[in-house]
Amino acid sequence: MATNILMPALSPTMEEGTLAKWLVKEGDAVESGMILAEIETDKATMEFEAVDEGVLGKILVAEGTENVKVNEAIAVLLEDGEDASAVPAGGPAPTPVSAATAEPSAQPTPAAPPAAVATVTPEPDVPAGTRFKQQTVREALRDAMAEEMRRDGDVFLMGEEVAEYQGAYKISQGLLDEFGEKRVIDTPITEHGFAGIGVGAAFAGLRPIVEFMTFNFAMQAIDQIINSAAKTLYMSGGQMGSPIVFRGPNGAAARVGAQHSQDYAAWYAQIPGLKVIQPYSAADAKGLLKSAIRDNNPVICLENEILYGKSFEVPELDDFTVPLGKAKIWREGTDLTIVSFGIGMTYALEAAEALASEGISAEVVDLRSLRPMDTQTVINSVMKTNRCITVEEGWPVCSIGNHISAVLMQQAFDYLDAPVINLTGKDVPMPYAANLEKLALVTTAEVIEAAKAVTYR
Amino acid sequence: MATAPKRSTRAKKPNASKEELIEFYREMLLIRRFEEKAGQLYGMGLIGGFCHLYIGQEAVVVGLEASTKDGDQRITTYRDHGHMLACGMDPKGVMAELTGRKDGLSKGKGGSMHMFSKEKEFYGGHGIVGANVPLGAGLAFANKYRGNDNVAFTYFGDGAANQGQVYETYNMAELWMLPVIFVIENNQYAMGTSTKRSTKSPSLYVRGEAYGIPGEQVDGMDVLAVKAAGQKAVDHCRAGKGPYILEVMTYRYRGHSMSDPAKYRTREEVQKVRDERDPINHVRDILLTGKHATEEDLKALDKEIKGIVNEAAQFAQDSPEPALEELYTDIYA
Repeated sequence: MATNILMPALSPTMEEGTLAKWLVKEGDAVESGMILAEIETDKATMEFEAVDEGVLGKILVAEGTENVKVNEAIAVLLEDGEDASAVPAGGPAPTPVSAATAEPSAQPTPAAPPAAVATVTPEPDVPAGTRFKQQTVREALRDAMAEEMRRDGDVFLMGEEVAEYQGAYKISQGLLDEFGEKRVIDTPITEHGFAGIGVGAAFAGLRPIVEFMTFNFAMQAIDQIINSAAKTLYMSGGQMGSPIVFRGPNGAAARVGAQHSQDYAAWYAQIPGLKVIQPYSAADAKGLLKSAIRDNNPVICLENEILYGKSFEVPELDDFTVPLGKAKIWREGTDLTIVSFGIGMTYALEAAEALASEGISAEVVDLRSLRPMDTQTVINSVMKTNRCITVEEGWPVCSIGNHISAVLMQQAFDYLDAPVINLTGKDVPMPYAANLEKLALVTTAEVIEAAKAVTYR
Repeated sequence: MATAPKRSTRAKKPNASKEELIEFYREMLLIRRFEEKAGQLYGMGLIGGFCHLYIGQEAVVVGLEASTKDGDQRITTYRDHGHMLACGMDPKGVMAELTGRKDGLSKGKGGSMHMFSKEKEFYGGHGIVGANVPLGAGLAFANKYRGNDNVAFTYFGDGAANQGQVYETYNMAELWMLPVIFVIENNQYAMGTSTKRSTKSPSLYVRGEAYGIPGEQVDGMDVLAVKAAGQKAVDHCRAGKGPYILEVMTYRYRGHSMSDPAKYRTREEVQKVRDERDPINHVRDILLTGKHATEEDLKALDKEIKGIVNEAAQFAQDSPEPALEELYTDIYA
């Protein structure tokens, strides 16, 4: 019986890809293990191997096709003796979606991610008439590093797979070619050691960018980040600082389990001497990272693997920077304030859109920087809306939301008409099973529910 | 660049001029008298917290400083007073930091374990055992990046030598041929744990061999032997041949810190080292037997050093505590 060959998922976060090249043609005999096609994911070009044997009956997706969804049929495989003419147009009936990928029945299906562009209020530091281009967060981060490396010869990048591999998540793509191995440096897998070497180089006046393949691995290096990088300026009475950036993906990606899914926002935000940024959009990723590289203090840049592939409008300016420590109002509203940052903004904005259709006007504040934290923008917003909920993927105990709640209690108590609700990831290590992982993360539905609770709807 | 690790013994003949010998004597004596005074001030409650004295180990830094040049960096752990004095930092500023006063090198905010001097290229003073080792390699990384021939002297103890990050650093230092000298000050006790009780591989100088780093064991009670070994290591680094390990065999006379009763070793053991291997007496003997100095010369020198130390102690008591506003300064640059 003819079977479909489906577009494969070749990374934890891949949702679609480009079918770059077919390496077989219709009528070819296919053996298990044979390379059928080259597929470009959001991270790399991968070879796609056959699992089953047979004859390639029909190619359903031509090479060069972009945005082919995972699990879409791309070709038909015939058993020996079958005739290609037997294949109906569009291939055999699609395989039913397995239970594992179905939405948990209790949760409403979230809408597709909003067109972020539509709700963006203009960046205040962008002059009128500025042109914008579509860019992914991934490209924006790379451009930020490249621009700063062109600007200052003391800036260099070190980390695992940043050079020859072009970045484990392709963030440093092309940098080795442009800047050479002196400034784009592959390290062994030795986080504690290379973080310390980076800090030492910063003590000596260089401006390192240290990439962690993920911030989960930076726990091996956290002593150097906190005890050496964050505290030395103070301990030296102002003589010796560390102008260094530690950056990399943070928080849950997709189905990578407990040891690869932690959000460190609250951990680093607590440390005096560190600055912490957690951008959501590509423009903020670029502008904040450029500011971070120029800053004379150690800066933690918490990125997100799922956001890497998302596109946003980025201003086409020669030198676009976003100041550290300044929140951004993405959407103005009057009924409640939703405070979030990083990927939490996805749920905040989705919820705000859904709430608007029900007549609830939500103001959405993106903190962008967690240290220093622009609590004044949050207070000002709450003085207008009188209600607040916070959204983050990290754990609930001693969370960023807890801090916002405390600040509002102390500085805007008389303006609050409802208790602040903190939406967070659940208080569990991240499970692997698809349905449990979904339950563990904060959802748009929860944000909507909390918004209704604080507005008494 | 793996040459076989080796041991060097006590230098037979002085490889130093009369002037240099007197300078070594003077610097070692300054460290000893300074530390004795610090111990005294601690006992009087003028110095708080942890205070780790360098008494007995003076020949290590003094011998190695002899091979430094402008732009070379040094970094160490928390037993750091000797390193600061040896690289020329002001005894008054060091002592005032120990008393936590405004004129201390860190404005009183660092304390005994955390002092720095950009001017003297002294990068601390670090309280976390082993953490200064990658930092030192980072200083060397900057030298290589800038294309100069400066060397980063990275001091740590036999205790730190068992930390994982030391070996991460060895690996990268050799991989990238960084000009760093790893100076292991082996005083034989990691706080109260002797090297015999912490490792079955007590020769620390051979531990770079797996990474291709040459190593050498040196008599750290003999400033001339330290100087000779240091010069060799420095030449190796300046020539672009990568890192070098010196295991300097030394001994601390006092406890690990001021609050250490030192029950893990006998008084006789300490006394024997003091009597037979004291680094200051060693140079004193050379000076006197070689007729480079008279008893009177040395007495005058001793008096001068005492004056410097007393002045530092007075300064450290007279300097006011930092202004309360300093609580919130120097957190961000």
